Amino acid sequence: MSTATVSDLVSQPYKHGFVTDIETEKIPKGLSEDVVRLISSKKDEPEFLLRFRLRAYRQWLQMAEPDWAALGHPRIDYQNIIYYAAPKQQEKKASLDEVDPKLLETFEKLGIPLSEQKRLSNVAVDAVFDSVSIATTYREKLAEHGVIFCSISEAVKDYPELVEKYLGSVVPGNDNYFAALNSAVFSDGSFVFIPKGVECPMELSTYFRINSADTGQFERTLIVAEEGASVSYLEGCTAPMFDTNQLHAAVVELVVLDDASIKYSTVQNWYAGDENGVGGIYNFVTKRGQCRGDRSRISWTQVETGSAITWKYPSCVLQGADSVGEFYSVALTNNHQQADTGTKMIHVGARTRSTIVSKGISAGHSSNSYRGLVQMGAKAIGAKNYSQCDSMLIGDQAAANTYPYIRSQQPDAVVEHEASTCRISADQLFYLQSRGIGFEEAVSMMVSGFCRDVFNQLPMEFAAEADKLLALKLEGSVG
Amino acid sequence: MIRPDAPLLLEIRDLHARVEDQPILKGVNLSVRAGEIHAVMGRNGSGKSTLSKLLAGHPAYSVTGGSVLFRGQDLLALQPEQRARIGVFLGFQYPVEIPGVSNLEFLRVATNARRVERGDEELDTFAFEDLVRERLKLVQMDPAFLERSVNEGFSGGEKKRNEILQMALLEPLVAILDETDSGLDIDALRIVAGGVCQLAGPDNATLLITHYQRLLDLITPDYVHVMAAGRILRTGGKELAVELERSGYDWVDQEVA
Repeated sequence: MSTATVSDLVSQPYKHGFVTDIETEKIPKGLSEDVVRLISSKKDEPEFLLRFRLRAYRQWLQMAEPDWAALGHPRIDYQNIIYYAAPKQQEKKASLDEVDPKLLETFEKLGIPLSEQKRLSNVAVDAVFDSVSIATTYREKLAEHGVIFCSISEAVKDYPELVEKYLGSVVPGNDNYFAALNSAVFSDGSFVFIPKGVECPMELSTYFRINSADTGQFERTLIVAEEGASVSYLEGCTAPMFDTNQLHAAVVELVVLDDASIKYSTVQNWYAGDENGVGGIYNFVTKRGQCRGDRSRISWTQVETGSAITWKYPSCVLQGADSVGEFYSVALTNNHQQADTGTKMIHVGARTRSTIVSKGISAGHSSNSYRGLVQMGAKAIGAKNYSQCDSMLIGDQAAANTYPYIRSQQPDAVVEHEASTCRISADQLFYLQSRGIGFEEAVSMMVSGFCRDVFNQLPMEFAAEADKLLALKLEGSVG
Repeated sequence: MIRPDAPLLLEIRDLHARVEDQPILKGVNLSVRAGEIHAVMGRNGSGKSTLSKLLAGHPAYSVTGGSVLFRGQDLLALQPEQRARIGVFLGFQYPVEIPGVSNLEFLRVATNARRVERGDEELDTFAFEDLVRERLKLVQMDPAFLERSVNEGFSGGEKKRNEILQMALLEPLVAILDETDSGLDIDALRIVAGGVCQLAGPDNATLLITHYQRLLDLITPDYVHVMAAGRILRTGGKELAVELERSGYDWVDQEVA
């Protein structure tokens, strides 16, 4: 019952690794200005969007891949990636009955039933398969409240003025290498608009599924909450097991006006590669929210369990006075997974407040780093931040690092940072076992206890799911 | 209470064990019947703590010879959790802190694991709260302890009382209490000993591992065993403990030598 056994325990087979056999339309591998134009024309986009893409592409060509993260991977060959793949189905169907049953089956197998009879009663789902959104549930019901929830491609067609106004306004096309790449080639993603004074009547959720090999997924999500509006949104992600690495470079932008709030939760379970580190998703994601209005609020909650590489820093720009930013994160790495993740809290307005709670669990030969920036601007009078970064090590081959950056130009601002590292010890396991609690349940109880502060932040429907997901990752035979 | 016809709960025969390459137990023999209270005494390093942990299934010790039967079943073949479920309980000398895991939840999962094994129904949160509140009185613990993480930030006395609370919930057939008296002030010692006495009955047995007489003033043993160099050197009644208190362990050294 040494810690080596615990390491065995966390190395469990990936349960979402199947491939759906479906005819797919793909464009040839490689990236060029022509490819960018091709994607845009396939989606029949307005001129402003093509210009946005081309500008980003040209800027991307001038940029270099960032190398400051505590991550190591072979060079990504950007010419060896397919930038657009879609199941062959002429256009998005008005009714679910017309959607290819294989696609519906795929999502059902992933635990996301889309059909009228089986769908979740209080969650609207947008299902994205490779490069396109195949179905969005409860659109009409949401429309009654003035809430727009659709794929970004549809939003471009149906609400071009909103997209033009907000797209790239939080994460500019040239923000960073991966954001620029995404801006040039993004295929689909979700669009959410909550009008003034509306509290979204149900949870919104997008489920991202990569299916094709050698395909990159570049989704783009844009959520806008007008004055006094509020919404809770959750994304989930899985991919088949391939022994090649696949690139996922997403951009998420959130805009929150006066007194509005967005709660954004992620349960990320991309394929992580095998126990030798072969295959898996390279997850380079830019997520940023802007609290533009006074008393506005953005809360990021993430449970990161998958991907060979995770490079992700969901951030808040706290512009409005008294605005609030929160970041709650659980990152579990195992085998040869590498995660460099954290947040940025940019305090601009007066009396802005932020909270960061990060829980990293590293097992196997993995490396798990928290990297976070707390910045207090010159006008952030009375601003406050509290950060807590805890690491749990399982076995003696895993690494945990914490890189907190604090910059303050405001002497009146308060920044607190706490950090801790712990290990599941053989004595703790024996203690629980000696009370009749099985080995696996003992590990699971301890991990779950370690993550409780974060799980408490997830929407209720998903808190149990996240707990189950971690338990699944920890499930296995007792050595 | 000694009854020669009481069922045999624990039979340890010629038990040899080592930790890493170091032999610790060198032929322990001990039989425990229902209703009995045994005290195992001896100096540090005599092997008495090893014996208790080994019976509970601690992975650091490997058995190199002999056998242990629990109600006729090979105890050594079972995982630690299985031993607990069938009624073997180890009260730890140093109860372990488990941050993040709620004490109440821990006690409930443990209690239910034992109940399922006995064929009883699992208790839901509400039924369990009723039970635990009743058992708390036995160790005079504040219900606030239930809301905290397992043993985290508990004082020495609180930890030991939490051990006895677990014993009260699990209702073991054989309770092995490893130095339960160490680090306790006299009031805490009285509470802990009182709890143990109340839980001892005709159907279960208690094995007290201690090197002081003071616990035995509060819990009267039926048998006292003196361990040295990995074996039980002498067995007697409670007067043996009194004799040890008076003359110390020096005679033991001479006998071992």
